[in-house]
Amino acid sequence: MLSKRIIPCLDVKDGRTVKGVNFVDLRDAGDPVELAAQYAQQGADELVFLDITATHERRKTMIEMVKAVARQLNIPFTIGGGITEIADAEALLNAGADKISINSAAVRKPKLIEELARAFGVQFVVVAVDTKHIDGKNWVHLNGGRLITELQTEDWIKQAEELGAGEILLTSMDHDGTKAGFDCDLLKKVNEMINIPIIASGGAGNMAHFTEVFQKANVDAALAASVFHYGEILIPDLKQELSKHQIPVRI
Amino acid sequence: MNENTTNNSIGIVSYGAGNIFSLTAALDRQGISYGMVNTEADLEKYSHIIIPGVGHAGAAMQKLQQTGLVDAIKALTKPVLGICVGMQLLTSHSEEGNADLLDIVPLKTKLFDRALGIKIPHMGWNNVNFANNPLFTNVKPHAQFYFVHSYFIEYNPIFDIASVTYGNKFSAAVQKNNFFGVQFHPEKSGEAGEQLLKNFSMIR
Repeated sequence: MLSKRIIPCLDVKDGRTVKGVNFVDLRDAGDPVELAAQYAQQGADELVFLDITATHERRKTMIEMVKAVARQLNIPFTIGGGITEIADAEALLNAGADKISINSAAVRKPKLIEELARAFGVQFVVVAVDTKHIDGKNWVHLNGGRLITELQTEDWIKQAEELGAGEILLTSMDHDGTKAGFDCDLLKKVNEMINIPIIASGGAGNMAHFTEVFQKANVDAALAASVFHYGEILIPDLKQELSKHQIPVRI
Repeated sequence: MNENTTNNSIGIVSYGAGNIFSLTAALDRQGISYGMVNTEADLEKYSHIIIPGVGHAGAAMQKLQQTGLVDAIKALTKPVLGICVGMQLLTSHSEEGNADLLDIVPLKTKLFDRALGIKIPHMGWNNVNFANNPLFTNVKPHAQFYFVHSYFIEYNPIFDIASVTYGNKFSAAVQKNNFFGVQFHPEKSGEAGEQLLKNFSMIR
């Protein structure tokens, strides 16, 4: 049976992982390669690296990091952040990235999804969507939730699928950082609307939240950052817990 | 072939269908030597051949034809491993692009049926059920491998050496004589995948 995937997300700045990571036996918490290998060892099914570098040197630094990760890592990984054109994506593909994640660039130019899917296949294209609930509707937001768009979340995701997105990474900005659980209602609604995999993001605080999002929303994967980085949830424990609830996982 | 397996070296058919960085990285980690196959003469240099492949099967077949290597590949008697679209190329036909393929393994590559209530692509880790086959030596029973594909090779007990279920049961791995194919990505399948690559490099 196809396993539900557990995906740690790592923020990267200038080729280094940021946010306090406190694995005991990690020599250098800022080294993406070492960190990635550690997660793979623990049983992570996939990794997402989100580049938050703001400088012009971004692309070059990122490519070097992607190559270094790809040399060591034996599980798939996705790169997101700052991808605005085919050339960015191609450079990442050639450096060993399995998928790329696009967010604002897709909203600004939806045709980019189509172009990427045609050039590299739908399996390469993850469309990340940040959403906020306002006055009874869900709205797509950009810039980490600071900028509202005129797109309703459900409509945009449907459009992204039609344009050739291979997967949706849906982050609820209302839940993100709260540690109060995923937005199961919205995730369920979106999941039933589309025919491509969906990754739940935003709100993970404990193991029960993962069980809940798989059981209630039947999402394909769940992504989290801080609960993994700070060692609050260990992936082997999480998988045991999910398995106890008959949720198929890779152990 | 020589008993001394340290002389083994894998030739990777270079035909422009997808990126092979992860594959060569996995071979590096396993200490398996490899090189690129661009010409017919290159095929002779290696003890084993891998046909990689990502993307569109019809387009991949066109690119392979442009290399002029098709007949030489079909005539190979050394171990050959097709990975993902590289595996599908071994079959006779794909619904993707309605393309005629190498026709080494007389099976068809088909599109997943949405009516089965499954998402397409089949993406992620799935249990692989294999029988006794050297490709799976020392791989744990029902081990999970990483899949990403929208087309699959129909299950056929004659050529199937490992099956997987997603919507319907289909072939995760096939073999005909010296030709092997795996639908999953061993280079992305953790320890199980690395073991499989090592196993392939030891097949004589």
